[in-house]
Amino acid sequence: MSTVDTQVLPTGTWQVDKVHSSIGFAVDYMAGTFHGTFSDFDAIVADGVLNGSAKVASVQVKDENLATHLQSPDFFDAQAHPELTFTSNAINRDCDHVTIDGEITIKGHTETAEITGEISDPIADPYGGERFGLTLQTVVDRDKFGVSWNNPLPSGEPALSNEVTITAELQLSKQA
Amino acid sequence: MRVLGISGSLRRDSYNTSLLRHAGDLFEAEGAEFEIYHGLRDIPPYDEDYDTEDAPEAVSRIRAAVRDADAVFFVTPEYNSSIPGALKNTLDWLSRPFATNPLRYKPVAVIGVSSGMFGAVWAQADLRKVLGAIGARVTEGEVAVGNAGERFDENGRLTEPNLEQEVHEVIAALLAEAQSAQTSQPAANAATS
Repeated sequence: MSTVDTQVLPTGTWQVDKVHSSIGFAVDYMAGTFHGTFSDFDAIVADGVLNGSAKVASVQVKDENLATHLQSPDFFDAQAHPELTFTSNAINRDCDHVTIDGEITIKGHTETAEITGEISDPIADPYGGERFGLTLQTVVDRDKFGVSWNNPLPSGEPALSNEVTITAELQLSKQA
Repeated sequence: MRVLGISGSLRRDSYNTSLLRHAGDLFEAEGAEFEIYHGLRDIPPYDEDYDTEDAPEAVSRIRAAVRDADAVFFVTPEYNSSIPGALKNTLDWLSRPFATNPLRYKPVAVIGVSSGMFGAVWAQADLRKVLGAIGARVTEGEVAVGNAGERFDENGRLTEPNLEQEVHEVIAALLAEAQSAQTSQPAANAATS
């Protein structure tokens, strides 16, 4: 039988270790799934609240022209909306599982989102500090955020799915 | 606010260029500076071998004109269900180098004229798609002036007030977008730093 832990996140302030963390997205395109990441991001857990952000200009894909197109108004519009952000409203923990209700803002549009994932308890790291892990994912409808570009297949079906999975693998280090 | 107007038709008595001139008056009535770009005919076929720091003079000229404008207003005819070749060729030059091209984040709007009944709607859709792919900020709104031979007076002015009103709405949307882009310039710097 599972129990809901009332102390859902470790107390104190925990800052993301950017080297050992990643934020990315996956979206079905044509016959497979396309993946991308953001190299410049931030995340912090403080007083039981998770806040995260990623710089649109840091999007990493395997083609330079695509990276540029993703920053344009057809997609994220980095000029007008340089960041994607997330703020948690409520976090529920059940053993290693977490469910986070919060708000995601993409391209200036804010939508509620339910994020699910796994949490690990704090451990002592080799650098004299303390850290814990969060592995999170959620699915958003990109069309709701105004990210609506598409390209029809010869069948007439859209090549790019509206459902986008956003993932975050975070190691958070305790701040003094 | 400086607006550059580009007609996709090279023809001397082009209905599209007539509409562009009419639109220019509407832009100026809104307090914007408006200039029609003449010179698409001088732009050579796109060739990456010649797309160097020493690009053809006609290319450098239109790149500078677009870069200096706060917004670009296109009027296009429809050739074989799509964009005229000279206009597409111009956009191919303007799109390079891709990451820093002068149309990137540039507010743009598209309307069109055709002698047929559909008002170049396919060309307009294709032009919006191409401009979006290049990275321009494509303003919503479309004006399709069909049956062009019946829509202009002897001075090349639109004869129907409702069509002029539609053009005016697209112009207002473009100017609002350009104004918004100017105020978000600090965000642009942050995004590219």
